[in-house]
Amino acid sequence: MQSRRVFLKSGAMALVTVGFAPSFLARTVEAAGTRKKLLIAIFQRGAVDGLNMVVPFGEVDYYRARPGIAIQKPGRDGGALDLDGFFGLHPRMAPLKPFWDEGHLAIVHASGSHDTTRSHFDAQDYMESATPGVKSTRDGWLNRYLQAMDDERNPLRGVAMTRQMPRALQGRAPAVAMASIATFDVLGDTSAKASFEAAYQAAADQVLNGTAAEAFDAMRTLSRHTTAARAQPASGAEYPRSPFGQALQEIASLAKADVGLEVAFAESTNWDHHVNEGAATGQMANRLDDLSRGIAALVRDLGDRMADTVILTMSEFGRAVVENGGRGTDHGHGNAMLLIGGGVRGAHVYGDWPGLRPEQRFEGRDLAVTTDFRDVFAEIVVRHLGATTETAARVFPGYRLQARSFKGLLRT
Amino acid sequence: MFHFRARSVVGLAALMMTLDIEGHGLLASQSDTPGGVWSVRTPVSAPSASSAAPTPAASAAHVLNRLSYGPRPGEVDRVQRLGIQAWIEQQLHPERIDNGLLDTRVASFETLTLDADTLFREYHQPAQLERRQRQRENTAAREATSPNPNEPAPGRPRMATASAAQRRDRQMITELEAAKVLRAVYSERQLEEVLVDFWFNHFNVFAGKGPTRAYVTAFERDAIRPYVLGDFRQMLEAVAKSPAMLFYLDNWMNTDPNAAARMPQRGRTGNLGSRPAGRANRRPQPSGPGQARPQQGPAQPRPPRGINENYARELLELHTLGVDGGYSQDDIVNVARAFTGWTFRPRQGATFQFVPALHDSGRKTVLGHTIAAGGGQEDGRRVLDILVAHPSTARFIATKLAQKFVDDTPPEALVARAARAFAETRGNLREVTRIIVTSPEFLAPESYRAKVKTPLEFVASALRATGADVRTALPLARSLRDLGMPLYFCQPPTGYDETADTWVSSGALVARMNFALELGGNRLRGVRLPGARTAATDSLREQLLATALADDVSETTRATLARATEAAQVVALAIGSPEFQRQ
Repeated sequence: MQSRRVFLKSGAMALVTVGFAPSFLARTVEAAGTRKKLLIAIFQRGAVDGLNMVVPFGEVDYYRARPGIAIQKPGRDGGALDLDGFFGLHPRMAPLKPFWDEGHLAIVHASGSHDTTRSHFDAQDYMESATPGVKSTRDGWLNRYLQAMDDERNPLRGVAMTRQMPRALQGRAPAVAMASIATFDVLGDTSAKASFEAAYQAAADQVLNGTAAEAFDAMRTLSRHTTAARAQPASGAEYPRSPFGQALQEIASLAKADVGLEVAFAESTNWDHHVNEGAATGQMANRLDDLSRGIAALVRDLGDRMADTVILTMSEFGRAVVENGGRGTDHGHGNAMLLIGGGVRGAHVYGDWPGLRPEQRFEGRDLAVTTDFRDVFAEIVVRHLGATTETAARVFPGYRLQARSFKGLLRT
Repeated sequence: MFHFRARSVVGLAALMMTLDIEGHGLLASQSDTPGGVWSVRTPVSAPSASSAAPTPAASAAHVLNRLSYGPRPGEVDRVQRLGIQAWIEQQLHPERIDNGLLDTRVASFETLTLDADTLFREYHQPAQLERRQRQRENTAAREATSPNPNEPAPGRPRMATASAAQRRDRQMITELEAAKVLRAVYSERQLEEVLVDFWFNHFNVFAGKGPTRAYVTAFERDAIRPYVLGDFRQMLEAVAKSPAMLFYLDNWMNTDPNAAARMPQRGRTGNLGSRPAGRANRRPQPSGPGQARPQQGPAQPRPPRGINENYARELLELHTLGVDGGYSQDDIVNVARAFTGWTFRPRQGATFQFVPALHDSGRKTVLGHTIAAGGGQEDGRRVLDILVAHPSTARFIATKLAQKFVDDTPPEALVARAARAFAETRGNLREVTRIIVTSPEFLAPESYRAKVKTPLEFVASALRATGADVRTALPLARSLRDLGMPLYFCQPPTGYDETADTWVSSGALVARMNFALELGGNRLRGVRLPGARTAATDSLREQLLATALADDVSETTRATLARATEAAQVVALAIGSPEFQRQ
């Protein structure tokens, strides 16, 4: 219970200093004791421009490199939201700022992969397999976590709120992908449902047979939890009416239904802004607004379950430091990740900042990577999800897992 | 039969006799390739759907499943009678196949024959102007995000009263989607449709990116379809010059960084030669119609600003060499420089233009080849030549085609032969396709049911197998969205994945079972399935087993079909069965 006490303490401090109490701080209670830890992974597909998401406004070179699209310094019109005097959040991420102020939002900047690819496809693959540079890896790291931690065959331990199973959750351990809870059922004809189940059970086809078995298992569990699963968002949480917002709302429903959810996955798309990226307003600003309002609603909706939850954002790589010919940015390297949760040691930007002067850049053009994204993943697997370092080593093959590469993002 | 992995030519001949194959094609290709190519393939992932040896009927069904959108009633017999190789040869020459019935079905779609300029000016622009007007009127009340206007979030009602302009803007897409479904179901030139889908996906563009929607019709019709059994080099250039690709991958604003300095002062508002592309092209807004437009100074034209690598990178990674094709970041920058000035102007006909003033005329080095200074528009064409001649391109295209038609992990020997054909014919796609679809690997037992159908293949094959009558295809396009494959709305340039791991997920299987139940119950909007409300008969069961399932199912599947008492259930159980998900 060490962690909870620390959590309460810092929560109380935040309450005093900011005068703002989200529901998950108000009631941390014993209920959390039996609950499993939850990781909600959010993939920003298309490579978000991390330098305009978490803005290094203290860098002269940031403004030199981006005359058309830089986010202004805090205090100016459309300026960044000051975090620590050097970094600021994009102004449209204001919904997340309270979590920073309470100490539950941490940022890891200049993070990414040692692999230098600037291909979306490869880089997403590497981030989801967590084996950068190795294409032959069959499964994703979230699935390997499920494999390593438990032999419970509950397919709702891992759920992607996506129509296709993301690479990160593909693998031997049961997991499901669904567009929504309501549509995840064979509708209208119970005898047909039984016949389908029998036919898929009998299929020698192992791929279809196994996936269908997970689907029917999951449908049974969900039907027992219908009421809870369709609960309205709590605490007046208002999700954006976008596919991303809806996916997060569905994830919250599942989490609240206590169906055994441990790893959830959602994706936020359309971050590949080669042209007219915009600055304080514009294309990317709108995407950040959707992202931030979605996450803020999720945090409020989950309420005190946030004590056992970490929300993690990731994106395949960052974008070039210098804006391109179309007031957009081309593919780059280092990027920023966000972590939100009760156990997160927030209000801090982690990682060594490499600087943005041309000679400090990766290959002369991109933000350098100083934190391996696996350092972040591994710390979450060990310190949040509770794996031993030996178990976690199986989740990250080819990676030298050692506690001292952890950034201290999470309370121990 | 089907067991000819042995080197024995006798075994092969026996196989061809059983399959009624015209011998010369296969034998000729074998004599071209000495060195025991037959034996190279290792038996990986043996087909798991059934342990029974496939029959000649199953072979015909296999060919129909892969090279068409699945057998229609009676078609398995017809292909057996004609001979598999003869049928394939017919399909390799679509221009010789009458397609009158399909033409009738799509005749009323007026936008399919219009050029990009007309579609932009008359169908897209009015809606765009109207949206801007409305935006100005209620900026404050704007919903901040709408990632894909064609995919409204659940619970969000479409605008109740779409204006005439909005309806026309939508019409371009709905006619495209409907035509695609109708062609998949009813075209007699089935292989051509399969290939149009393959090559569109290879050169994917996303209709949701601003005015791209106005250019997709012409893109598919003029840059893809004419070349799917033709010349890859020509297709590559047609794509490179298409407004759809120029806009989607941003090359329209890829300019020499020093172009602005060269511009005469009056250049900002000057005549064609010196007018920056930024002005003429400010019309296309990269944001979706539902999003706020970019904030950049709307009143002032912008000077050109520099290179944009987006197209160059995807040209190398996705269109030609493949991600491991051996190029560097320097190559990407040089390719981008070569394509500076390749642009188009929506208000000047929405056709390709090369603007010399925006072109970087310096020397470039691409993949070790030097492109001398001063080449102008030829720089880009020279890059395309270099890429088509590169062995990585031959291999990449061969691999993708073999993956499409044969196996998610295609046999190495087949890829090697197809790549050689690509190199030797300089990208003659009829020859490369022929090598693959007439190969012994294609007909080998390992390939039988080795692939999972994509949602489009699943839907189209279900409609074909049941003989359903598609009255209006648009609701089917919506079904495809629910199944995870919205047509023309695949956002990333990679296109849709071809392999099973993408399409087999719990949610996708549930969605397919539900589609099967709707189809069987005659509840699919726009589709009529005669006899759905009648009692199940043995002839219906036999017909579905033969057409949809190649008479090759597990005892359990057979038993569930036997137990079903209504026709609707028989159809649903056949179409939703595990066997039907494969091809």
